[in-house]
Amino acid sequence: MFDVIIIGGGITGAGTQRDCAMRGLKTLLIERSDIATGATGRNHGLLHSGARYAVGDAESAEECIRENMILRKIAAHCIDETDGLFITLPEDDLAYQKTFVESCRKAGISAEIIDPELAKRLEPSVNPELIGAVRVPDGSVDPFRLCAANMLDAKMRGGQVRLHTEVTGFIKEGDTVVGVRTRNLQTGETAEYFAPVIVNAGGIWGHGIAELAGVNVGMFPAKGALLVFAHRVNNMVINRCRKPSNADILVPGDTVCIIGTTSDRIPFEDCDNVAVTPEEVNLLITEGSKLAPSLSSTRILRAYAGVRPLVSADNDPSGRNISRGIVCLDHEVRDGLKGFVTITGGKLMTYRLMAEMATDMVCKKLGVNEVCKTAEVPLPGSEEKSYEDVAKKIWENPTTAQKAAASRHGTAVAAMPTGGRRNDALICECEEVSAGEIKKAIEHMDVSSLTDLRRRTRIGMGTCQGEFCACRAAGLLAKAHGCIERERKDLSDFLQERWKGNYPIGWGDTLREAEYTQWVYKHVLGI
Amino acid sequence: MNLQEFTQSKYNFEECMKCTVCTAYCPVLQVNPLYPGPKQAGPDGERLRLKDPFFFNYALKYCMNCKRCEVACPSGVKVADLIQAARIKHDHSKPKLRDRMLASTDTMGSLARPLAPVVNATIGLGVTKSLLDATLKIDKHRTFPKYSGRSFEGWLKRHAKAQAAFPEQVAYFHGCYVNYNYPQLGKDLVKVLNALGVGVQLLEKEKCCSIALITNGMSGKATKQATHNVGVLRKAIIDKGLKVLTTSSTCSLTLRDEYPGLLGIDNSDIRGAIQIAVRYIYEKLEGGAKLEFKPDYHKKIAYHVPCHMERLGWGVFSEKLLRSIPGVEFTLLDSNCCGIAGTYGFKKENYEASQKIGEPLFNQIREVNPDVVACDCETCKWQIEMSTGYKVMNPISILAEALA
Repeated sequence: MFDVIIIGGGITGAGTQRDCAMRGLKTLLIERSDIATGATGRNHGLLHSGARYAVGDAESAEECIRENMILRKIAAHCIDETDGLFITLPEDDLAYQKTFVESCRKAGISAEIIDPELAKRLEPSVNPELIGAVRVPDGSVDPFRLCAANMLDAKMRGGQVRLHTEVTGFIKEGDTVVGVRTRNLQTGETAEYFAPVIVNAGGIWGHGIAELAGVNVGMFPAKGALLVFAHRVNNMVINRCRKPSNADILVPGDTVCIIGTTSDRIPFEDCDNVAVTPEEVNLLITEGSKLAPSLSSTRILRAYAGVRPLVSADNDPSGRNISRGIVCLDHEVRDGLKGFVTITGGKLMTYRLMAEMATDMVCKKLGVNEVCKTAEVPLPGSEEKSYEDVAKKIWENPTTAQKAAASRHGTAVAAMPTGGRRNDALICECEEVSAGEIKKAIEHMDVSSLTDLRRRTRIGMGTCQGEFCACRAAGLLAKAHGCIERERKDLSDFLQERWKGNYPIGWGDTLREAEYTQWVYKHVLGI
Repeated sequence: MNLQEFTQSKYNFEECMKCTVCTAYCPVLQVNPLYPGPKQAGPDGERLRLKDPFFFNYALKYCMNCKRCEVACPSGVKVADLIQAARIKHDHSKPKLRDRMLASTDTMGSLARPLAPVVNATIGLGVTKSLLDATLKIDKHRTFPKYSGRSFEGWLKRHAKAQAAFPEQVAYFHGCYVNYNYPQLGKDLVKVLNALGVGVQLLEKEKCCSIALITNGMSGKATKQATHNVGVLRKAIIDKGLKVLTTSSTCSLTLRDEYPGLLGIDNSDIRGAIQIAVRYIYEKLEGGAKLEFKPDYHKKIAYHVPCHMERLGWGVFSEKLLRSIPGVEFTLLDSNCCGIAGTYGFKKENYEASQKIGEPLFNQIREVNPDVVACDCETCKWQIEMSTGYKVMNPISILAEALA
């Protein structure tokens, strides 16, 4: 028996579990796949300053800047404080800049108009034809790390997590939801779990989960496509200073940079399998090159797409006025269904606030009087501000792989085994992931497959897209799980998944690389 | 569709297919586990360094800049340039006194030359070597090349009139070694070129090509000297329409490729006119010119292609010229770094690695047992002579010796 069951292992679910656990509740999180597989892991990784919403949606802008400042404190190891530029190009209206800056200031976002020449010096990749620039406190955030850290904290506080487990139905007593029926998608095992409150944090899949419980949330899936470039072209976020539009944000994230997005409504049945179209790729390159001209000749690693969990206003079934704000629904009040809460809408940026709202509602239902502390207590790994300090405190002369691991895990890197070839051997050469880091992830971070491992360590996310690291990591996984056959299948699934992202941009060096990968795996390793 | 036609990146680092052939060819990696290897240090490391200079790895100093990785790379990635450029950009540690001395071939040469007999006697002494080893960490096994009492520049100036009488003219970038240590090589070149009806001029005032400054972390001074050199090279090449010849493979590579690649100095207008002398002579002979050789010349020659000669793709010219000398029994030695890499092998911390790298070459030389080893690089010469006892000559000197 739990106090609360949370459905969905995206950032909202993970954040909610952490908040609930911090308030002393006995929690269970159920996720159909792995952490951060939905919209959480399929966006820019932009640490919004809120400036993008300042003109059109003051409430979202204010939420963003508040959460932005909080995340810098509590999630240091997931965040890169790069700052951002909003640039005006000759084709844009410079008058918009004034409105923009005023709106930012009203929302509490520091927005400083700077000389275009200074902007070019600060960010040499920026389109040199810019006629205006505003500097804002944008940054980048690693959603996988953020999600994993929230879940880890919840677990350290007694929370339980069931990954790769699907909710197949709800158990009801009259007009009250009392539990869920589940099935483990890897083993086929079924189970029932009970709690007085169940939180639906399923993102776009929350629509189907609500239906399963017998209520309608009315979501609108909006697909957004993005491209990953093979290295950091820019070190500051670059946005267009105009009404938000397609492909107008370029975010430096870890060793790569990401341009996006598009926005198109898609049918629910497509949510599990979104593909990026040639038209979207074309649009992203064309528009992206206006932000940073070198993008037109920079190697692209992958294309991917996510589905935004937008919610139409309750009295607007047509969906014309779709809000991007947070939606927290008490189905008891709304639909007369007790013990069921839906938290959706919102953004990666505001996950903590969403979690706080959901947890407040859960606590009210349970009659628990604990205040939220998630805005003050750092996530595990974020106890130190800079990974440089983390690495230097642990190792006298950190290797590149140790530095890289510190940048990925923050203070939690201390648990990584080092020393000797078995730990220090490089598994992923592009992203500098050592065998020790892989072992740590397998041991402490709920890893069942190579794809899970990728989200926790960045293996396979570099230039070679798994060419060398995949088979090495598969060896370690096979050893950990004691099963070679399962790992062979996992390895080929992983390579297939990597190819899926290469395919829409399969030309030039990316195609050469993919071809080479195929030789290695098919003709040398016989896979 | 707006598909990208091609992708570009600095030093082509994104063309890297991660095939790792550079790593297999790296001489350092095979003997020094502290070195991350060309792929890690080059294209892989670059992505991390672009994220944060904190990811710069000081072990990049173990790179010898032999450029074998670039020769091996099937994708045209300038791996060694990436590594040296990263060192220039991120390694802000102050060069040690020793490294400053080793790198300042010009200054040391002009200081030592007037005192040559004393200096030569002193640097050869065991006690001096032990002292240098203990104080400066210059390995005691090494002997500095002897200094010449008279500079090559002085000699050529005295013969300027006679040289000007030749119908065809070239300019000669002699480099520090010929000027301060071994003017005979310059004289040999003059002899061979004169035999072809070509007169030799000095550049207006050349300075050291600066490769030792670049690899020892003194890129600021290197840039100054390189800018000066490009100026005097332009005067010879553009104003006077001359070709500029060298007798050192490393000087050639530096003037042609390291200036634009590592120091950001544009030399595109003069690069093509800078050549190693063997190439110029080979092309002359191909064009119908003739050299008269001694009828009774006989020599067993083993030719070692220096790493930078391989990078330039010019080893073939030395090979063809040596083979064309009647009475020469020629062996092309296997492609292998000798391990010295300029000032690299002089440093105590690199001595052991340096000798291990060169070992297969030394063994092959002993097996072939030639009368003389031919090689276009002065530091390879010191290394091979020290390590094998065999005499090493520049192909130009062999040509001069064989001339009738």
